[in-house]
Formats: sequence, structure tokens, C-alpha cells
Amino acid sequence: MSATAVSTRAWPLPSGRVWAILRRHFLVWRKTAATTVLGDVLDPMVVLLALGYGLGKLLPAIEGVPYITFLAAGSICMGALYGASFEATYGAFSRLQVQRTWEGMLNTPLTLDDVLWSEVLWATAKAVKSGVAILLVVILFDIARTPTLAWIPLVLLLVGFTFSSLAIIITAWARGYDFFMYYFTLGVTPMVFLSGVFFPVSQLPAVLVAVIGWFPMAPAIQLIRPLVLGQMPADAGWLLLQLAVTAALAMWLAAVVLRRRLLR
Amino acid sequence: MTSTSQASLAAALQVRHLRKSYGAKTIVDDLSFAIRPGECYGLLGPNGAGKTTTLRSILGLTPIDGGEVLVLGLPVPAQAQAARARVGVVPQLDNLDPDFTVEENLLVFGRYFGMRDEAIRARIPGLLEFAALTAKRGDRINTLSGGMKRRLTLARALVNDPDLIVLDEPTTGLDPQARHLVWERLRALLAQGKTILLTTHFMDEAERLCGRVGVIDHGRMVAEGPPHDLIAQHLEPYVVEVYGDGAQDWLAGAKAGLAARVEISGETVFCHTAEPAPVVQTLHGRAGLRYLQRPANLEDLFLRLTGRDMREET
Repeated sequence: MSATAVSTRAWPLPSGRVWAILRRHFLVWRKTAATTVLGDVLDPMVVLLALGYGLGKLLPAIEGVPYITFLAAGSICMGALYGASFEATYGAFSRLQVQRTWEGMLNTPLTLDDVLWSEVLWATAKAVKSGVAILLVVILFDIARTPTLAWIPLVLLLVGFTFSSLAIIITAWARGYDFFMYYFTLGVTPMVFLSGVFFPVSQLPAVLVAVIGWFPMAPAIQLIRPLVLGQMPADAGWLLLQLAVTAALAMWLAAVVLRRRLLR
Repeated sequence: MTSTSQASLAAALQVRHLRKSYGAKTIVDDLSFAIRPGECYGLLGPNGAGKTTTLRSILGLTPIDGGEVLVLGLPVPAQAQAARARVGVVPQLDNLDPDFTVEENLLVFGRYFGMRDEAIRARIPGLLEFAALTAKRGDRINTLSGGMKRRLTLARALVNDPDLIVLDEPTTGLDPQARHLVWERLRALLAQGKTILLTTHFMDEAERLCGRVGVIDHGRMVAEGPPHDLIAQHLEPYVVEVYGDGAQDWLAGAKAGLAARVEISGETVFCHTAEPAPVVQTLHGRAGLRYLQRPANLEDLFLRLTGRDMREET
């Protein structure tokens, strides 16, 4: 008789108590916001303004728009990627291992699925915040002003969720902070440089484009770049589906690994 | 038999034939015990005996391989969430939120139980008073001493007004004053009618607080009952401890005539006896020897039942 409340292989389902955890994360963030804003907002913002204005002066128009306008979509996605990835790796791992916050939560009616969902939703919020902050810079500096920009925060919700769910798998496996270097070097950096943030992917070998196309940065940029340029993205349905399927698989894998680690 | 089934009917916690293994390694092996409402029950055992795994099974945080766990009448893990809603847990290592103040820690934790903010805020002054932390209510966690953190962890475990409180080595790492304060708080909870399950390495802690103890080793119950009954059952009433440079020489000379069961642990000779006076007589006037005559205690029982060999963390 192996009685378990939740099958170890079930897809994770959250409860309304996720909200209680999100409020906890928000309260912590309110106390430390000043320092965390530096990494995930300022970094991509500096890249956008420095490369956009600096390098942009030397470059011809790319795909018919000034370089900084081309770069804007990539910077928004990069902001979302960094916002999600830092929170769902270093942040989540501190709560899992170092501060034992999760252990405390699991001694209450909260479940591991609740904890997982709250981490991913919180990292999603950080991703949306970072992406929107750069979007505001884009509007403020008149890099782009078009009604389709209004869709970007909505798209960022799914994009951020997908980035976060991917990063939380790494946290589920991690035994120390060092482990995250692998993810940032082998996952985040290639996504940033090979998915079309800085230049059109048509400049890259077809094989590389095909490989990187499986990572969520590629559909994110293909969705957001047209929106910055005032167009509705082609194949939006397929791109959103790719993000949703990636996120669903990542959530499932993270849940299985975490259950094996914590509920054994 | 009748008393057992009566106890199980109204038991605050019932563990029946619990089994748990990791691979080929059996951690909990057919373990059964029950705790009556209002009772303080101590789970004793060396490192790796299965104490923590038993607690995790009770909280529904591990799939069990066999047996049955009823927490306040609720089957676990099937209804673990409902059970945890009525249980307060003090973990072995503090997991207070370092970014929050004392008060915020209580508020945030109460929300995990689905409590409304007003309901939690109404309980906070009482909890702070209980933990003697009223003056520290706005302080950050990292400014608190170890004893204060433990008391806050205990207060936090009470935020949902639990019927059963589970403490995993509640005073490990505390100085004597802090331990006494925690014990005093736990006795106050018992006076309120709360049920307590604790694990401990400290035999004086178990002797002071627990109405009954269960000694487990290799995942099995090796003895269970009120501490003093167990001591009377398994041990001679007195112990004379002899130590110092001449202890071995003294033993070699006096052993034949001693009406005592002798055990040697490290550099100390333990003489378990009903008549300590004759033993002590042989010790008078021997230079380089120190001795202590005392009643047998739970630590002697523990060592008797689980052996004197060291257990490393597993």
C-alpha cells in the first residue's frame, strides 16, 4: 500500500494559497527592490542605449528600421529573460536551500506544487516588470511609439512564465549556487546572442538557427519585434503555442525533480 | 487491550505498523505508537534511528511504504493538508524569514494557513507575549539571539492555534538559560491542553517534559512508557560513576567484590547497583579517583537500549 496524496509524476496543480506566498515574495521585494532593479532592468537598458545609439550610428538600417528600433524588441526580451532567470535560480535556490523557506511552507497546508507555482509566478512578475521597464524607455526615448506596443505586456506574461519555468528546473537540480553558472553560460547567454536580439538570425548558419529555435527566446523575439514595429506578428498562434508547450513541459519536469528531491 | 483501543479512538496521533525504506535501506520498520490528547510524548533515538523520517511521515511529506498514520483522526498522507492545518511544527533548524521583522514572520506564516490578516493580527500580541518577544516585535530576525529565534519559531508554530505541536529537537544548540525558558513555555502549552510530540537527544529534556517516551533504534520501538517506569524496568536504581587516572586499577582490584553491573565507556566506569553504599566505600581515600553517586536516569536507559557505540549522521 503506497498511499500518496499526489502522484510523483502528475502535472503540478496550484491552489489559491499560492497568493499567500506571492504576498510574502512581494513584501521581501518591497524591502530590497532598490538593489535588485540594478541587475535585471539597468543591464539591458544600458545595452539598448549604448549599442542602439553608439553602434547604431555606424550601422545602416536593419530590415528597414534604425538599429536602435531593431534592438528594442531584443532588449525587452533580454530584460524579461534576466528578470525571470535570476529570480527563478538564485532567488528560488536561496529560499529552497539556504534560508529553508520552502521547508517552513511545507509544514503548513501549502503543497510543493503551491511552492513551485508561486516561485514561477513570482519570477514571471519580475520578468514582466523588467520587460515593461525597458518598454517604457523605448517609449520615453521615442525609439518606437505605436499602438501595437500595448500587446507587449500581455505577451511578456507568457514569455516570462516560460523563461521562469525553464530556470526553475535548474534550481530543482542545483546543489549549490555554482551550478547556475552552467545555466547562464550554456542556456541564457546563447539565447541572448543567437536568437536575434542583436542581429537578424538570417546572418547565422541554418543549423544553428534550427537548434536555437527550440529555445523560448526565438519565439519571444518573433512575437515582440513586429509589435515594436507596429505590425501584428505572423504565425502568432504557433509562436504562443510553442511557448505554452515549453512552459507546460518545463513545469512538469521541475515538479517531478522537486518531488523526488523534497518529498522522498 | 481495552485501554489500547480506547486510547486509539481518541488519539491525537496514531502510528500503526509504519514502514519506510530508501532502496534496500529500511529506515522505519513496523513502528507503532499513539499519543493521547494533552500528552507530551518524546521520541528518543540515536542519529539515523528513524526519528526525522517518522516526523516527515506524520506530516505527509514522504510517501510511506506501509502502515497507517492518523493525525487528529485524519489519515496521512491522504489528508495531509487538512492535518497540517491543525498541526504546528518547530523544525530542527530555524527557517525564519531573515528579511522580515518578528511580527512580519508571524503575519506571513499565518497567511500560509489561509488565515485572514485581521485574524492573524489579533493573535500576534498573545503570541509575542508567549514568546517573551513583545519588545522585539519590530526587530529584524538577524538581531535576535539563538534563544529568541527558537521562541519565535515556537510562537510561529502556534499561529494557527494547533491541536498537535511537533518539535524536532527543540533545544539543540541553545544555552542552558534559553533551554529552561523553552521548557517552561512547553509546559505552559501542556497546561493549556495542547498535545506535544518531540524528538530529542537530551535525556533531561525528555525526563522533564514527557509523560511517556518511546525509544527507537533502527526504525523499531525498543521501549515505551513513562520515563521512570522504564528506568525501573530496565535498570538498577543507582549509578556510581567512577573516573580519573586510577579508575582502571580500582576496578581491577574491587571488581570481584562489587555487587554491581559494571560498564566502561571511554574513561568512565559505570556501576549500576541497587546498593550504592558498598561501592562508594571501596572508593574512599583513593587518590586520583573522582566519583559521582546518582539515581539511574533516562540517559542510562537510552545507552542501555541503544548501545554505547557512536552513530554518525546518515
